[in-house]
Amino acid sequence: MAVTKKPKIKSIPYEEFKDNETFESLVAQLNQNGTNVIVRSLDELIDWGRSNSLWPLTFATSCCGIEFMAVCAARYDIARFGFEVTRNSPRQADVILVSGTITTKMAPVLKRLYDQMADPKYVVAVGGCSISGGPFKKSYHVVNGVDNIIPVDVYVPGCPPRPESFLYGMMQLQRIVKVENFFGTTNRKERDPYGRQMNKANQEILNEAEEA
Amino acid sequence: MENKENIQPGGATTKPVAGAAAKPAARPAAAAAPTGPAENELTPKVLQPNEVYAFVREQYDNGYLFLENLTGMDWGEEGLGVIYQIENPETGKKLCFQTATTDRQDPVLASLVDFYDIANIYEREVYDFFGIRFVGHPDMRRIYLREDWIGFPMRKDDETEKFNPLRMDNEPLTDETVGLRPVDEARKTLDYTTQKNPIFTPEDYVVNIGPQHPSTHGVLHFRVSLEGERICKIDPVLGYIHRGVEKLNEQLTYPQTLALTDRLDYLGAMQNRHATCMVIEKAMQVEVSDRVKVIRTIMDELQRIDSHILFFSCLCQDLGATTAFLYGFRDREKILDIFEETCGGRLILNYNTIGGVMADIHPNFQKRVSEFIPYMRKNIKEYYDIFVNNVIFRNRAIGVGVLTKEDCISYGCTGGTGRAAGWHNDVRKRMPYAAYDRVQFNEVLHSEGDSYARTLVRLEEIMESLNIIEQLIDNIPEGNYQEKMKPIIKVPAGVYYSAVEGSRGEFGALLVSKGDKSPYRLHYRSTGLPLVAVMDHACRGNMIADLITIGGTLDYVVPDIDR
Amino acid sequence: MFDFSEISKWLHGLLTGVMPEWAAILTESVLVALAIITLYAVFAIVLIYMERKVCAFFQCRLGPMRVGPWGTLQVFSDVFKMLTKEIINLRKTDMFLHNLAPFLVVMASMVTFACLPWNKGAQIIDFNIGVFFFLAVSGIGVVGILLAGWSSNNKYSLIGAMRSGAQIISYELSIGMTMLTMICLTGTMSFSEICEQQSVEGWNIFRGHIPAVLAFIIYLVAGNAECNRGPFDLPESESELTAGYHTEYSGMHFGYYYLAEYLNLFICAGMASTIFLGGWAPLHIAGLDGFNGVMDLIPGAVWFLVKTFFVVFLLMWLRWTFPRLRIDQILSLEWKYLVPITMLNLILMALVVVYGLHF
Repeated sequence: MAVTKKPKIKSIPYEEFKDNETFESLVAQLNQNGTNVIVRSLDELIDWGRSNSLWPLTFATSCCGIEFMAVCAARYDIARFGFEVTRNSPRQADVILVSGTITTKMAPVLKRLYDQMADPKYVVAVGGCSISGGPFKKSYHVVNGVDNIIPVDVYVPGCPPRPESFLYGMMQLQRIVKVENFFGTTNRKERDPYGRQMNKANQEILNEAEEA
Repeated sequence: MENKENIQPGGATTKPVAGAAAKPAARPAAAAAPTGPAENELTPKVLQPNEVYAFVREQYDNGYLFLENLTGMDWGEEGLGVIYQIENPETGKKLCFQTATTDRQDPVLASLVDFYDIANIYEREVYDFFGIRFVGHPDMRRIYLREDWIGFPMRKDDETEKFNPLRMDNEPLTDETVGLRPVDEARKTLDYTTQKNPIFTPEDYVVNIGPQHPSTHGVLHFRVSLEGERICKIDPVLGYIHRGVEKLNEQLTYPQTLALTDRLDYLGAMQNRHATCMVIEKAMQVEVSDRVKVIRTIMDELQRIDSHILFFSCLCQDLGATTAFLYGFRDREKILDIFEETCGGRLILNYNTIGGVMADIHPNFQKRVSEFIPYMRKNIKEYYDIFVNNVIFRNRAIGVGVLTKEDCISYGCTGGTGRAAGWHNDVRKRMPYAAYDRVQFNEVLHSEGDSYARTLVRLEEIMESLNIIEQLIDNIPEGNYQEKMKPIIKVPAGVYYSAVEGSRGEFGALLVSKGDKSPYRLHYRSTGLPLVAVMDHACRGNMIADLITIGGTLDYVVPDIDR
Repeated sequence: MFDFSEISKWLHGLLTGVMPEWAAILTESVLVALAIITLYAVFAIVLIYMERKVCAFFQCRLGPMRVGPWGTLQVFSDVFKMLTKEIINLRKTDMFLHNLAPFLVVMASMVTFACLPWNKGAQIIDFNIGVFFFLAVSGIGVVGILLAGWSSNNKYSLIGAMRSGAQIISYELSIGMTMLTMICLTGTMSFSEICEQQSVEGWNIFRGHIPAVLAFIIYLVAGNAECNRGPFDLPESESELTAGYHTEYSGMHFGYYYLAEYLNLFICAGMASTIFLGGWAPLHIAGLDGFNGVMDLIPGAVWFLVKTFFVVFLLMWLRWTFPRLRIDQILSLEWKYLVPITMLNLILMALVVVYGLHF
């Protein structure tokens, strides 16, 4: 039986969202094996919590960062959605808004930030630069799209995007979060059998790094 | 270019005489005859590499204390070299000279670090992009690109992409650098011996502030060595947002290059683009209409207010006064509304074009701006009440991060930072452009040079900008908003430089043209680079919390530093 | 005035009727513990919601309003999120201490939470040196913070923890001295007696007039610093040290710090209302018997909460108005100004009491 889920976002009817096809294919993919009623209700509770509490990491490389500040400010007030708790430590953030150009020097840093975040974590690519390189696409020092480095959930185009598009992008992300499975397939923390070996292998490298 | 006479001292905000703009005292000089040399053309004196040091020593003693700009060049067969622009801050006289070496394997020039502190970072930039090494420089490291970068991207013959794929390993950061010690102290010959200089010793407690840090205003990286809470040394690592704009410029046509200027210092989008348009217009000897000049002036000033409000907001945020941060943003939105109506954008405006502006002003423009002026005058009092006069802020800012006038000149810290130390450096007064010669305004000056003075300068400049706008807004002359330009714009061969007073200092564009449809080299004098260069000097001995105060009041914008 | 001890006596009687004495006490302890933990969670949620709304209104914003009516469910969704978030184990850290630290912080704040007198007869920990106990237990929190900073293997955390240690230990001095000042007036260290006394003789802040008001103000400043809240929030000063001592904590471990921060605020405010503003004692104005009668009808717990939230609001007001101090300024404020003033204030209060100058 095909599972159809239409997450409700306050004030915007489902039909008015753009690109519902991609979203529906995602839902179908997530629910290929069907779901258990009890598990699904629990999932929905957790998804409800997660989708309404997406704390962004304060991460801004250029122009889009200023627009992000405007989104947090009085007129657009991202706090209405409960997203105003911007965390400066990646450990405590849920979503990284890649706002601005990512250069090749910044790329390893961004990757590391993403790695430092605790699951579940989401990525929103904000602005032309982080989507494709934008006006600097031909430059020798610019990454053409952050999806080369980290997986992206939502793209918000614009140069820089208007605050309204920020909010719309965040609502799209909420929809994605709302169809996630928690007790089913994704997000389960597995014991890493290679962890210990890796530890030993990395020990020397770490020692060196620390000394430096 | 020497308009030193009409600089008025004093930082007080006085209300201008009403109607001063209605009868402009002095009309701008008529456009130069098309046959004569362009107004902004530089004629660099050509020097041999081994003559530069002696020449600069002589000029330095003559009072040329301000290294305005230093541009690396690749002239192809004529070799690799540098264009220097120095200025006498007392008289406003300028000097331009250039030098080149034909050795492409190991190009070596004389360093000016002995005279100008800012030369340190400018020369590292040239080394990074062109591979020119400077004899007498203590720290020849790359500054923007990774230390394991291969090649020098701004050289015309460099195959950057071939050798430099996207590297995902962590960037190496050395603690030791190479200095070039001259064999001959007078630099008659440029022979040198290399010498290893440590940046940090193993005993130093080094904390990385950045590249991802909430108060570096972008992706700036400071390596800070601490002694308890005190700062011993700061080593800035730049380039996390180096987008290669200057290299991109060389492949773009002139109108295309404009698109990138807005994105340099995004809080001075109007001014950056103004400078670039102006350098091209003046080089082509195109005279824009009075209407355009006035519109550009108003827009520049609105942008300045926008930027200074953001400066205030971010400073509040950095110091933990979140509420004041949001008050600033509340007022800033009003300016963005005005921009949006006329330009269509909020932050990146794309408004100036070569020969005019993109579109005529919106019918509501004058009304909105007239409403904004009293609104802002009223609200700025709140800023003083909630933050600037607060005892905590006063304690944290007064006497913190003092920069003397000499420091500012030597480090080239123009803009509010320099004016807070008493240096008359306002480009609007020094070399008036657009409609600044027909308005009355004061150059806000303070003498303390500390963080508090820097904050006051910015807030008082908001008031001055409001005065300027008030004088112009009801008197926008009629005229074309766009001159007719040829479909393909070509600039006659030569070296041109135009500067505007950006939100945080002198923003200049140096254009080297060979007569093609794209620039041979278009270099921007970054307003923020000197401000980052001075961080080490300003922060030493202060506490780590002061780094935030000092960084916040210096008010740099990182994409403008990295370009 | 309603006396809660009637209920507890009745419950005790009921339980001893069906089980031996020790089992009854054990059951009561479990019940009390459950009540405390529930109250703790409830107040944390209320306070976080309040903080977000209050700060929004100070900043011309609306604050949370999409989740539930007026955003009331916002904090619940945060809790669900936090509970299911990954807890990251760091390499090269002392795992035991790293995991222990948040529990120490929460434990300290829970035990101090139990010291608050909620109503007449409704008090969990109450004995004749209650004030000392309170001060001693609240000191455990700083151990948790220092451990967190030390065990995170992060320079920011370490600096944050060191700052926090210096700050909290310094300001505990002021808190202790202001409390001593008030004990001087009340003559007892038991919280229940302090409240009892105030319900009869009037609130301490009125009884002790000048020295009491001075002590109240100093207590608020020092209490704010104890809670690591702005303008004293520099152990976690976001713009300098990203998140200070809890930079490396994620998921619910971070949640504990987050909870403890708000509960400490509540405890600090609750203590202020107990010691200075009469705790559960209703407002009485001498001579107006009708008015006093009406005031007596309002239950003590309501009085206590109203006073406490009033002080909480004051502290939030401070938090969202002032910029942050610097570490040396914080310490000099304490050691150069607050400590001498509190000492003089203590002497002043002693004189007031000796000469019977209080009301």
